[in-house]
Amino acid sequence: MKFVLDGDQRDFAAALDSLLSSSDTVAVARAWADGDSAPGLELWTRLAELGVTSLATEASPVEVAIAFEALGKHAVPGPWVESAAYLPVALGHEVDGVATLALPPHVPYALDADVADQVYVGSTPVTAVGELRHSVDRTRRLFAVIGEGETDPAAFDLAVLATSAQLLGAGERILADSVTYAKQRKQFGREIGSYQAIKHALADVRIALDFARPLVFGAALGEVGPSAAKVACADAAYLASRTGLQVHGAIGYTQELDLSLWITKVRALVTAWGTPAHHRSRVLEGLL
Amino acid sequence: MDLTLSESELAFRDEVRAWLEANVPSAPLPSMDTADGFAAHQEWERRLSDARWSVVSWPQRYHGREASLVEWVVFEEEYYRAGAPGRVSQNGIFLLAPIIFDHGTQEQQDRFLPTMATGERIWAQCWSEPEAGSDLASLRSTAHRDEERGGWVLNGQKTWSSRASFAHWGFGLFRSDPDAQRHHGLTYFLFPLDADGVTVRPIAQLDGEAGFAEIFFEDVFVPDADVLGAPGDGWRVAMSTAGNERGLSLRSPGRFCAAADRLVDLYRSAPDAAYADGVVDAWIKAQSYRLYTWGTVTRLRDGAPTGDGVGAAGSVNKVFWSELDVALHETALDLLGPEAEVGSRWLDGYTFALSGPIYAGTNEIQRNIVAERILGLPKEPRR
Repeated sequence: MKFVLDGDQRDFAAALDSLLSSSDTVAVARAWADGDSAPGLELWTRLAELGVTSLATEASPVEVAIAFEALGKHAVPGPWVESAAYLPVALGHEVDGVATLALPPHVPYALDADVADQVYVGSTPVTAVGELRHSVDRTRRLFAVIGEGETDPAAFDLAVLATSAQLLGAGERILADSVTYAKQRKQFGREIGSYQAIKHALADVRIALDFARPLVFGAALGEVGPSAAKVACADAAYLASRTGLQVHGAIGYTQELDLSLWITKVRALVTAWGTPAHHRSRVLEGLL
Repeated sequence: MDLTLSESELAFRDEVRAWLEANVPSAPLPSMDTADGFAAHQEWERRLSDARWSVVSWPQRYHGREASLVEWVVFEEEYYRAGAPGRVSQNGIFLLAPIIFDHGTQEQQDRFLPTMATGERIWAQCWSEPEAGSDLASLRSTAHRDEERGGWVLNGQKTWSSRASFAHWGFGLFRSDPDAQRHHGLTYFLFPLDADGVTVRPIAQLDGEAGFAEIFFEDVFVPDADVLGAPGDGWRVAMSTAGNERGLSLRSPGRFCAAADRLVDLYRSAPDAAYADGVVDAWIKAQSYRLYTWGTVTRLRDGAPTGDGVGAAGSVNKVFWSELDVALHETALDLLGPEAEVGSRWLDGYTFALSGPIYAGTNEIQRNIVAERILGLPKEPRR
């Protein structure tokens, strides 16, 4: 019995965090949203050198979860779930370069198909890609594709786990930034974070994230299904995003504030790779 | 990361499971907050203790098995899965005993722990006062020094004292230094509830049963031997209890996993899609609580501080399980439909769950602790 990360896993998490913290991922994400993929692809190469693209085939789901939590925390753009979680499992090998896929009905669009070297529906390559559709998360560039493909259940589960971990990381980032802001911003002569209305809202986010995390790593170990993790992480991260926006007030409602990257990303990820309703129904099926 | 149990832990689990299967009463005992039910629960504690299952983590000399933290969680999972009776000795073994182990003298350990383990002496906690609830440090009950007799004289009133209607002894804080403010000058006392000058008045709870009581103290003498920790150090001593109550020990994951499994059974017997989400969320949260607990157990085993260190994380825990408990039982009542108001195990569980967000520090106080001690938000200005 040992339900904490081991030394190597902690080192891997720290190495990823260190790389991403020094990579100005906010600027990378903003460029990506504006159609400039060069900084994002450069970061892609560096993350691949750290092993992120080979985790699905070479490491355990625990390492996949660690990596995707970091990607979520730093708002790293790109089809990472597709290239580093779904496709390696579905194809049976690490993806060379950047790949993406659609998987109707749960994944109706191929993310960042304009940037990808290879586009699939399920495991079947496609050539025809439709027009860009705008996501609430400007860094998610969505494209309709024509074609048919089968769902690989194991690959889908790993993609769900990865998305859950991304939500967890995004939620943690929003909480951290909101706590920092609540300690600085003064109204009525005192920090807004000293008011119980703010404290209790942020405490609820802390509690929700603390109890979403064990489901991510429990799912990585096969103790619960990834759907349980997705439900809890979507709820917790969405609570973080709503609370974070409210704590920031009007400045939080601007695209200019970096927080907007995470607020919009969380909204998109809540329904990505299976809606909460879909995952709740999967959990229920497993119980009955 | 590894969630598997070792050979010896599995053997321990099998032994617990076999004993419970053979010994758990088939019909529920009457409520422990009635005279008959209290006696029946005390008898159950004696049976547990005879087989050395009442305090598995304690030393052998106090009727324990020196079980590890992992084994303790395993025991609790099995206990609740088996539908075994609630623990009438809970306040003593989970809240007071850790303090006696940490702060008590050898003589106190030898005198108090064995009868606690056997259920012969049941303990009540005496913390709140009419004017000191969430603001416990404002308590006014006093302890005056009596040099001649070598002890202290208690005066004042405690209230909402769980189990006090039928319990034998109490533990609580009194102001021993009238000049000291708030957290200072408090002393932790142990006292028999039938001592001269003690009056216990049972209070009917929402369900009509006397689950708690108010206690009046009129010149109650307590010898020095029954002071726990140093005089004046009571707050620090008591707060290590608070961490235990909120955190790992009072609410083991087995309770919620067993209740969530029963909720799934209820749904299966009468499915109603309108409440499916409630069932799923309760089950997911029970699993989350179980996994979270394994994380806490691992960290404690690997040397994270216990006692005071559990405090702030214990507040995260307490808000989560108490809200889960209410939501889980609300969903059960929803599923029962118009039958929900009729007396049942679910209704009893629901009524009990309603107390969770209030006792052991209201959830509002817990959120303050999470915000200030974990998130580092500024303290509220106090007058």
